[in-house]
Amino acid sequence: MTATSRAGRLRALPALTVLAMLGPVAAGLAGTLLPAAGLHPAAGGTGLSLGPLRSLLDWPGLAAAARLSVVTGLVATALALGGVALLLAGWAGTRAFRALERLLSPLLSVPHAAMAFGLAFLVAPSGWVSRLVSPWLTGWERPPDILIVQDPWGLALIAGLVAKEMPFLLLMSLAALGQADARRRMQVATALGHGRVAGWIKAVFPAVYAQIRLPVYVVLAYSMSVVDAAMILGPTTPPTLSVQIVRWMGDPDLAMRLTAAAGALLQLGLVIAALGLWRAGEAVVAALGTRWIARGGRGRAADPALRAIGLGAGIFSAAAVLGGLACLGVWSVAGFWGFPDALPDQLDTGSWSRHLPGIADAAGTTALIAAAATAAALVLVVGCLETEHRRGVALSRRGLWLIYLPLLVPQTAFLPGVQTLLLWAGLDSGIGPVTLAHLVFVLPYVFLSLGDPWRAWDPRHAVVAAALGTSPVGVLWRVRLPMLLRPILTAAAVAIAVSVGQYLPTLLVGGGRVATLTTEAVALASGGDRRAIGVWGVAQTAAVMLPFAAALAVPALVWRNRRGLHV
Amino acid sequence: MIRAVSALPLALFLAAPALGQTDPADWEAVTDRAEGQTVYWHAWGGSTATNDFIAWVAEQVADRHGVTLEHVKLADTADAVTRVLSEKQAGEDADGAVDLIWINGPNFAAMKEQDLLFGPFAEALPNWQYVDTDGKAVTTDFTVPTEGYEAPWAMAQVVLMHDTEDLPEPLPSAEAILDWAEANPGRFTYPQPPDFLGTTFLKQTLIELTDDNETLMKPADAADYEAVVAPLWDYLDALTPALWRQGRAYPATGPAQLQLLADDEIDLAISFSPGEASTAIADNRLPPSVRTFVLEDGTLGNASFVAIPYNSGSKEGAMVVANFLMSPEAQVRAQDPDVLGYGTVLDVAGLPEADRAAFEALDLGIATLSPEELGTVQPEPHPSWMTRIADEWTRRYAAGQ
Repeated sequence: MTATSRAGRLRALPALTVLAMLGPVAAGLAGTLLPAAGLHPAAGGTGLSLGPLRSLLDWPGLAAAARLSVVTGLVATALALGGVALLLAGWAGTRAFRALERLLSPLLSVPHAAMAFGLAFLVAPSGWVSRLVSPWLTGWERPPDILIVQDPWGLALIAGLVAKEMPFLLLMSLAALGQADARRRMQVATALGHGRVAGWIKAVFPAVYAQIRLPVYVVLAYSMSVVDAAMILGPTTPPTLSVQIVRWMGDPDLAMRLTAAAGALLQLGLVIAALGLWRAGEAVVAALGTRWIARGGRGRAADPALRAIGLGAGIFSAAAVLGGLACLGVWSVAGFWGFPDALPDQLDTGSWSRHLPGIADAAGTTALIAAAATAAALVLVVGCLETEHRRGVALSRRGLWLIYLPLLVPQTAFLPGVQTLLLWAGLDSGIGPVTLAHLVFVLPYVFLSLGDPWRAWDPRHAVVAAALGTSPVGVLWRVRLPMLLRPILTAAAVAIAVSVGQYLPTLLVGGGRVATLTTEAVALASGGDRRAIGVWGVAQTAAVMLPFAAALAVPALVWRNRRGLHV
Repeated sequence: MIRAVSALPLALFLAAPALGQTDPADWEAVTDRAEGQTVYWHAWGGSTATNDFIAWVAEQVADRHGVTLEHVKLADTADAVTRVLSEKQAGEDADGAVDLIWINGPNFAAMKEQDLLFGPFAEALPNWQYVDTDGKAVTTDFTVPTEGYEAPWAMAQVVLMHDTEDLPEPLPSAEAILDWAEANPGRFTYPQPPDFLGTTFLKQTLIELTDDNETLMKPADAADYEAVVAPLWDYLDALTPALWRQGRAYPATGPAQLQLLADDEIDLAISFSPGEASTAIADNRLPPSVRTFVLEDGTLGNASFVAIPYNSGSKEGAMVVANFLMSPEAQVRAQDPDVLGYGTVLDVAGLPEADRAAFEALDLGIATLSPEELGTVQPEPHPSWMTRIADEWTRRYAAGQ
């Protein structure tokens, strides 16, 4: 193999990556746009019309649902980002922080729906917290009639999203911190007399935020269009726009698919508008921050309060997610468990023996698909980034947005289009097409997790290695990849988590014939049997926890004698 | 059998020229071709009991007919409808992903109207002879004639589940439910329409409140809709403030509502399966103090069906499964409350002696009413009522205004 052909092949990877995205994105968008404009022959839409739009506008809950989507998305993202920033600012490097960091993999591994389900049971008036203090403290023999979960303001949903997105943003920030030169920046800030929190926010946060900007955008888009968690924690009178779109998709009246498509376009518009708003907010925060820095305050007095908030946010996230997981675990072995008993009246392992054979089958399929999609995504993304590095041109802004489109277009509107495309290509059903569909969603996350740490890698290492006679391929394999082991494994773990969590792509593209942990879990969850949900939720969590634990443990092991690569 | 014969020419006319499929009436040919086929049955997967029953059916049809049955567990039947729709759009007309769907009501009406179903086949199946076509509503589905495009396999009827520790006595009518709810605020709710069970509650209440049930059998457009449904909205305006969470939130589905009953958040819940309470008590999903009752004037009933999409590549295997589901053996197992607790579609009195004895030997469970106690079954209104009432309910009670 000559060096030229190798380089040629490498150059093909960006094109291949964009192609892997372009087809599905185009089909997905067409599959949204055409029905929204009234074209969907199989559902009786044969000509251009404003009907779908009109029927969307006729829905009386539209304003409230749209407001809910926007507000929950923006508030949850801001709170999660703020919590992560304060936690890192006040506690990075402390023992409390290391304890929280060790909890990261379990926190990340609990699927959204399982977390939402556990949290809902934790805080409901008849939930676990209430059971633990009733009736001896509260005097409640029957649960009080208080609206906590599914409140009309979406507070429970926001709380759930913050709890679940904080670990993700923390993971992304940790990966970024390695390239942000945090230690020396903090040394300078401290030497200048800045308080711990204020110094970190001023000196380190801008460098970290620049790297985690796209993850933050994804959190925003995701929080605005999440379906499963919103169904469990969100209000229902009316629900969020995304939940309503799914309802329309599921309406027996096939004409409602057209309304759903129009709703999906509105959802897309709202996401774009919210992203624009956030972008504008960045500029405002930057301007205010610059003035704040220029004023020269050292911000020491605020340290205790801000540190307390940061730690509080971290503990809230851990308690909500792990408490939810504990709920799942207890329910999975519960006999009858009525209010106000603190624990089930007897243990019953029947649910586990009933479901274990199914779990074993589904776990095999899940692992196969996740491994294939993750490997493919890593090859494509590393190839893209390396080409970009060697040719000195960054992927164009438009190309970048294209890759992120699958994360920005609501899944429900995007996937029927993908499904139709695969059917046309004769690729329906089976594990192969499902893996391809997963790749569409896994790839952006890998790009997202890996892109910024990759670009932030100091190119002088490459110059030194080249000066010592190492070829570009050697630099990649012997210098860059080992140094970036941590972000690469993090990206792989995120990729596996994303793949394991895919419900709609697996169901729609697999024609229902590919049964993964998630498709089986969601189907059972619709029956509301808490024991079954508990068993499958725990199994799903375990499937994701292993790679995350590896992503944190392996670099620590490999680099135990490389101090400069520690975070 | 007369029905089966009369359906025959139509079946030949529709099915034969399309793909050279086996004539449903030629049962030997059907079973011959079914052997070795794999049937993907798309059915709601939310109930462990149902999933276990389907797994048992799979064992039986594999042993007897060499048909491999795979249960595709759905969260929502509409996902299967979407699949068939997408396949039709993409021109996949010969071997789609869906071979059999558990279906009824509006989903059936929609698929039938869009020509997405294979048939007629149901009335040509051998076990059709046992089906109670006179006593049970198995040839219409929400007033839409089935015409052999779907085969019945379970009967459902509305019952109300009550926690006897808090609500000891049955409530005989919608008016009595309202009085009790007002005296006990926050202890009753229903799944949020357009969930089918929530909509069922609205229909059941409308039937209770209106004197003219004949009107409900015709399309809503043909009647004075506003006048017919006005009593329902008056009733709900009075009931809503006394509901769980003052009607500001509703359980999403029937199972979620069942969970509220188990958590002692509510004392009264609607169910579409007379055996559900007994099965749930046996499964620890409901407290042992739960019992069921029906309203004095009777309650709504309907049938669950299976249908075969027009583009299934295993139609013969699917027909074998549909036929097995109507067999006395499968039916008696489905009615056993330890298994499913579903009502049978068969005419038990007309069965061979041994099968009849098996039905009579069943212990229906602690909270299940006997067929006599279940009383009058009221037919489903025309589907248009369901749609319009659910839409208007959303506008009135779930639009955040």
